[in-house]
Amino acid sequence: MTTTEAPPAAAPPPSPAPPVPAARKPSARRRLVPYWLLLPGILWLLVFFALPLVYQASTSVQTGSLEEGFTVTWHIQTYGDALQEYYPQFIRSLLYAGTATVLCLLLGYPLAYLIAFKAGRWRNLLLVLVIAPFFTSFLIRTLAWKTILADDGTAVSLLNSLHILDVTSWLGWTEGSRVLATPMAVVCGLTYNFLPFMILPLYTSLERVDGRLHEAAGDLYARPLTTFRKVTFPLSMPGVVSGTLLTFIPASGDYVNAELLGSTDTKMVGSVIQTQFLRVLDYPTAAALSFILMAIVLVMVTFYIRRAGTEDLV
Amino acid sequence: MRWFRRNLVVLAGLGTLAYLILPNIVVMVFSFNKPNGRFNYTWQRFSTDAWQDPCGVADLCGSLSLSLRIAAWATLGATVLGTMIAFALVRYRFRGRGPINSLIFLPMAMPEVVMAASLLTLFLNLGARLGFWTVLIAHIMFCLSFVVTAVKARVMSMDPRLEEAARDLYAGPVQTFVRVTLPIAAPGIAAGALLAFALSFDDFIITNFNAGSTVTFPMFVWGSAQRGTPVQINVIGTAMFVLAVLLVLAGQIVGNRRKKTATT
Repeated sequence: MTTTEAPPAAAPPPSPAPPVPAARKPSARRRLVPYWLLLPGILWLLVFFALPLVYQASTSVQTGSLEEGFTVTWHIQTYGDALQEYYPQFIRSLLYAGTATVLCLLLGYPLAYLIAFKAGRWRNLLLVLVIAPFFTSFLIRTLAWKTILADDGTAVSLLNSLHILDVTSWLGWTEGSRVLATPMAVVCGLTYNFLPFMILPLYTSLERVDGRLHEAAGDLYARPLTTFRKVTFPLSMPGVVSGTLLTFIPASGDYVNAELLGSTDTKMVGSVIQTQFLRVLDYPTAAALSFILMAIVLVMVTFYIRRAGTEDLV
Repeated sequence: MRWFRRNLVVLAGLGTLAYLILPNIVVMVFSFNKPNGRFNYTWQRFSTDAWQDPCGVADLCGSLSLSLRIAAWATLGATVLGTMIAFALVRYRFRGRGPINSLIFLPMAMPEVVMAASLLTLFLNLGARLGFWTVLIAHIMFCLSFVVTAVKARVMSMDPRLEEAARDLYAGPVQTFVRVTLPIAAPGIAAGALLAFALSFDDFIITNFNAGSTVTFPMFVWGSAQRGTPVQINVIGTAMFVLAVLLVLAGQIVGNRRKKTATT
């Protein structure tokens, strides 16, 4: 994260000696090198990432129609109307994404731990198996869940015979003896799709934990659970933070899982934005919705990073 | 019971792994299905028809080759631009590093649908024709940050004394870069490129907004989910999975062998 960086203005003109070409005093030409290296890529991001956000901001305060054209009228009301009409989808998106993130952490942590500490010579194979699903298109894999969760499938009849579906439908996660087209199916799909984004950062930070610390904790009569709570888990915090962010942010904007595995009652906000933009062609409302989503996510992420208190995220 | 408790982590981990792999197995099994009707969601009977005729569905292989072409160009563009940025950020201290770091971090911290929608407003305002070029522009944009992160990690852990040594041995700047710097940074660049290729090839949300009537492979799959999924989609999914696993394993075997020859 950039928060660790000193503000750029603080660097005085006779800048601290560049670390690599040591003693030599940099000539004017050399000083320009980093800017030439940055220019094309940064220009690309400015024109195709930052500028579009400006255009979208301006679109969100326009009024008009597709035939007559849109003009900027500073019609802020669009935001209020959009929120009022679509707040269920917003709440649902955050709820589903949050649940999926928690599930990803609960499911992903043991696997990351297993690969980092217990796998031995199987480590590389397990890592391949975590990454490999990436290579079959995620849409194809999400469609496979339709087969797995089918009404007359093995999974559903197993859950049914264990009376799990009774509980979940009482909680409102499923309906009767169906899983497909319910919130549970959508959360299952989200959890599945973003799990690798949780496991890989967790694994990276667990791998850096010195195994001797475990032994030391054991020598000091800490029980395994205490060792985990006091030593391993705190040391893996950077992985937990970046993993939860990498899962929550994309999941909150996702609509593929909700559309393929859910029903009209499980629509998420991404789906609304897509419909408004590509079908209804109501650009101001769509732009406002997408801005609200962006604001919510940025605020939540900033708050979360402050609370979690780890520097050095990326 | 004690064995069970001692191996709880292993069991839980393997359970998660099963959850991860299960859909891939289903995709594989159903690539040998002979569906009865339009949808390939229930098992009917074994057949290898789809494997013998993977391009038998209209537009399927066209969309596949389009996706491969876009992914190849997007990888090239994002890798070149991203590597340049990564080197600038790690190797030089200059004004404006903070804002530039944020500009690179933000695309990764934003829901895809927001980027997709804002890019579409830009293209609509400019009156650009949606298609191959707008998709390519979008893909280079969102892959860039990931390449920068991957290359940065590698270059940061590089020993600068190696380059000093090269210079002491009278290597010119170009020679130093080509013979010393680039080979050391190569794994990071390769990881970035691989990530860019996978992200671009698999992207649906941003592509869907900015493709107009152009149909990439994920968009074909999406459309087929409504009309009825042909078995050939499972065939292609399976083939990609197998190919990827083989490639990764081959890479590891080569890497291990190199490590062995390097140490002896």
